[in-house]
Amino acid sequence: MSFDALAAQMADADEGPLSGIPYADTLGAEYRIEGDQVTLIVPYRKSLVGSPQPPRLHGGAVAGLMELAAIAQVIHQFRQEDMLPGVLPINVTVDYLRAGQTETVYAAARIVRMGRRVANVQVEAWQDERERPIAAAHMNVMLRR
Amino acid sequence: MLNKMMKPVVEHFMSHVPHVRALGIEFSGLGRDWAELTLPWSPHIVGYPGENGEKGVIASGAIFTLMDSVGGFSVHAARRSAAGHATLDLRLDYLRPARPGETVFGYSKVQRMTKSVAFVRGYAHDGEREDPLALMTGCFMFTKGAKS
Repeated sequence: MSFDALAAQMADADEGPLSGIPYADTLGAEYRIEGDQVTLIVPYRKSLVGSPQPPRLHGGAVAGLMELAAIAQVIHQFRQEDMLPGVLPINVTVDYLRAGQTETVYAAARIVRMGRRVANVQVEAWQDERERPIAAAHMNVMLRR
Repeated sequence: MLNKMMKPVVEHFMSHVPHVRALGIEFSGLGRDWAELTLPWSPHIVGYPGENGEKGVIASGAIFTLMDSVGGFSVHAARRSAAGHATLDLRLDYLRPARPGETVFGYSKVQRMTKSVAFVRGYAHDGEREDPLALMTGCFMFTKGAKS
């Protein structure tokens, strides 16, 4: 599964939409690159709400955003290389730490180990304060070279 | 039948959950400790676009939302109540990509409930239960109107 369109976009601009991923559009996700770090940003929109009373973000939307953050960070890591490997999620574990409020949500990933075939990635999602994450995820990503 | 009785109730409930509606998740079935929802294929939930105009593969994040939702519904079923709960953690193993164009079914069953926690197991498939595309393990905590 190739993310060549997204890789090309990220090589071209330090911020923008996640090109070529319709699901990312559905979430309204954008990326921002600062040096080695990619941060994904999803401004609040009503279609992200998972429980109506009181309105809270759907945990699945937050998880989906964190998976995208992991994939975007892996792609960014390969920016100097000639070939982008295929990137496939093997598994993901999400811990929900706080209820998602009706505000902008951010997600950023840290690659714990980049192996030849598997990347081990930690992701956090937060809202108003980076130090108060709303969710943390651990993901294994298959790399097909 | 429980399913016939519950279908309109659950569909009404689901119609008030914007993100469930946004992805196109639908009611499929409900039992004493289990629930099943479907995620029909549609272009706006694709994570890996197909080549040369072919249908793409549904994003794993959309399948995560399906499984989180169905896990929650199975907890409602087991508690026989719409009382609140929050996902504590949820793990998915993505065994294989979903087949482009096929509806994904998400099934979840409550294995055990304590006073405050429900332990669930589930799977996603796209037509054959014996050939799942994802396995789920999750934990839901009862909130009793707690704020977060």
